[in-house]
Amino acid sequence: MNYDERLRNVTVLGAAGKMGSGILLLTAVEMADLSLKKENAGKPFCLNAMDLSHEGLAGLLRYLKVQVTKIAEKKIVWLRKMYADRADLIENEEILNQYVFDVLSIVRPVTKLEAAYESNLIFEAVSENKDLKVKILSQIDQNNPNNPWYFTNTSSVPINIIDNEAKLGGRVLGFHFYNPPAVQKLVELIVTDNVDAEANEFAKLYAKNLGKIVVPSNDFAGFIGNGHFMRDALFAIKKAQELSKEYGLAKSIYLVNKVAQDYLVRPMGIFQLIDYVGVDVVQFIMNVMNPFLKDEDLHSDLLDQMMEAGVKGGQMSSGAQKDGFLKYEKGRPVAIYNVEKGKYIEIADIQEKCDEVLGKHPNPKISWKPTIRRRDKDQVFAEFFATMKSMPDFGARLGMEYGKRSNEIGRKLVSDGVAFNEVDVNTVMLTGFFHAYGPVNDYFVY
Amino acid sequence: MKKLRKKVYIAAGFNTVSMGTGRSEFNPKKERPGLEYYFETAGKGTIAQINDPANIDEGVVGNFMAARFNKQANLPGFIPFIDEKLQWKPAISVEGACGSGGLALMSGMKSVLAEVADSVLVIGVEVQNTMKALYGADVLAGAGWYKKRKEGHAFFFPGQFSNRAGAYYEKYGKEYTREGLKRWFVNSIENARLCETAQEYENKVPDLYALYDKFKTNGETFVDHLTVLDCSKVSDGASSLIMASEEGLEKLGIDKKDAIEIVGWAQVERNITNEPPDPTELITIKKAAKEALDSAGLTIDDLATVETHDCFSMAGVLGVEALGFAEKGKGAQFVADGHTARDGKIPINTTGGLIGWGHPTGATGVHQAVTIWEQLTGKAGPAQININPDRPYGMTINMGGDDVTVIAMVYKKAE
Repeated sequence: MNYDERLRNVTVLGAAGKMGSGILLLTAVEMADLSLKKENAGKPFCLNAMDLSHEGLAGLLRYLKVQVTKIAEKKIVWLRKMYADRADLIENEEILNQYVFDVLSIVRPVTKLEAAYESNLIFEAVSENKDLKVKILSQIDQNNPNNPWYFTNTSSVPINIIDNEAKLGGRVLGFHFYNPPAVQKLVELIVTDNVDAEANEFAKLYAKNLGKIVVPSNDFAGFIGNGHFMRDALFAIKKAQELSKEYGLAKSIYLVNKVAQDYLVRPMGIFQLIDYVGVDVVQFIMNVMNPFLKDEDLHSDLLDQMMEAGVKGGQMSSGAQKDGFLKYEKGRPVAIYNVEKGKYIEIADIQEKCDEVLGKHPNPKISWKPTIRRRDKDQVFAEFFATMKSMPDFGARLGMEYGKRSNEIGRKLVSDGVAFNEVDVNTVMLTGFFHAYGPVNDYFVY
Repeated sequence: MKKLRKKVYIAAGFNTVSMGTGRSEFNPKKERPGLEYYFETAGKGTIAQINDPANIDEGVVGNFMAARFNKQANLPGFIPFIDEKLQWKPAISVEGACGSGGLALMSGMKSVLAEVADSVLVIGVEVQNTMKALYGADVLAGAGWYKKRKEGHAFFFPGQFSNRAGAYYEKYGKEYTREGLKRWFVNSIENARLCETAQEYENKVPDLYALYDKFKTNGETFVDHLTVLDCSKVSDGASSLIMASEEGLEKLGIDKKDAIEIVGWAQVERNITNEPPDPTELITIKKAAKEALDSAGLTIDDLATVETHDCFSMAGVLGVEALGFAEKGKGAQFVADGHTARDGKIPINTTGGLIGWGHPTGATGVHQAVTIWEQLTGKAGPAQININPDRPYGMTINMGGDDVTVIAMVYKKAE
């Protein structure tokens, strides 16, 4: 079965979800483009969009129409060539509308798992629950005569466990997109020792055709991305708890969040990132990873308390941010949750005091957005962190400590054998988390 | 020689801002003023320079594709919208693709010559940022023969002039040609920076030559032989003026020193269903320019400045050859040497032309005449060039389609 044949019948499980819908979009476009090739004329391509939610599937189709149109607009020059022999399609708009229709007509929204019984390739993007994943994949495999390949989007469950428990015989690998899959360039590719070699090769080609950057990761719970993020988040949470004895919880969260954003020059503060991913998801991933870790306890009682209080963050279906550690108005944090008191404290009321605690900033002109694309950013960061290192202010010292911890986490991912090398760790954080510099660097060694 | 039976003057010119990418106030995601705003702003801008709009006899509109960009036809009805005193007067709308503005000038001139009007309000207008460029390309492709649309490029007109550029590269060398196109681009932006209504007025790029070099041609995302910097802008804009006989000027209270006179003209059509015989030549422009100068008994040596139709930098360079400033194949050199810059032998497009000032398609022909009017009457502000009294004439070349509809006019300051 060659590449095109493999993609003739595909199922995405959890297709209406945040990750599933993006995976479905990219796969639908890739399959439609194959179907337009002369050698595939007349051959049916079928992509099952499987999800339990009818409402979600209706939303999925609306999402697809908008997104496929955008994608088509960008490749109109190519599309005119592909539809050159369609005499009835003359204007760009006519060609584009036909293409959108052709992509959408490959997609079959379904609510029953049985649809996957005919597929050659199955993407799994259901909730991050090992037992659920095993149950579904094993049921499909018992009923699908094609010996299909399973690409799981798990961000934390070791692949070999899914393989063994669902009895997939090496026909599963981790194909971990970053959120949102249609935009983020990074894919973490996780294979086991038992992996089907052909599936592995296919995965690399498929990722390349989708325009993705592939970073291989070893099969350790959390892989590279969450391997860094979860430990980094735990450091921040524990640091905030430690500081809370002096400043109270809300102020401490403000301090650590601000240091991550403004002193480590990240796209957002760490507590904002936890909210973005979802307090529930972070807690869940930590719980998945923790049993596999020998010398550390990846667990936060503060996350447990937040969950008990029902403050979970995450996003609404519109993409708007739900309140979590921070409260948001028009996407901007305006208040901080103090779980001990069960209420949000206005940032405006504590900001001045907190900024006084932080002291001077090494160079207020260095912020994430304008710096990330600078060609001389290595030099800029070297100078920026050298200045920070020499400063006695509280914020600068916390920044150095935090940067050093992120550095240690990155290096440990390599020494533990999760990542093959430091470059891979940095690539994941640069492309998957949009950091402006990799965690493995010389800025914080002292 | 075509003698005009009476003198025809142009005065009271006005340009709105050319709105689109490049202007800081332009935000494609926000709602913008529509056709009505441009009609009203341009028309009132001209009316402010006369005694009473009641004295205007007639209105002419030049517009290309409001029917598709704005889903609006019957544009003559917008003339009385400008001012209630224009109600019940005759008005007409003319179309010849990007030559619509030039045809509006022709129509106004004919009314004055036919003595059915002493004064005509001529307005060119186009509002085309209503859709993304790739859909706009479909609309603008209407300037070509529709039966050729299918085989044409997604970006149809950039594709046409890319083919012309490719043929020119092949004949005379790509690097040589692109040096000329680069200088054309740089002149356009530098001139636009001197004119506050220009779309590139706020362009602050310190090294335009380096910017041009940074853009590489890429046939996979755009056309094979040109980049976006070689193209005119997508613009919303309107230009307006008064065309009048001597009696008309008097009735409107316009001083002759504030007017220019049309001394020569030509309007030439090439069969739209034919391919241009030589892609490295703009033969319709060549014919029109010669006819217009002949009709005035002048040569290019008498010209102080020219506004030519540079919908693409390549059309600018080929236009220089068609006008006779350089031999075939030498136009790129002529431009690269700076001879068309504002301090060169023949300053061309002194407020940026279609690439720098902007290209609201149906308005462009009128905008060109307004620019020449400003230059010859000393009203060009910071963009003013020195007009040598030994060669005091100005000229406009307005083109519709791929060298299909061409209007050439020659002007001098009124005496």
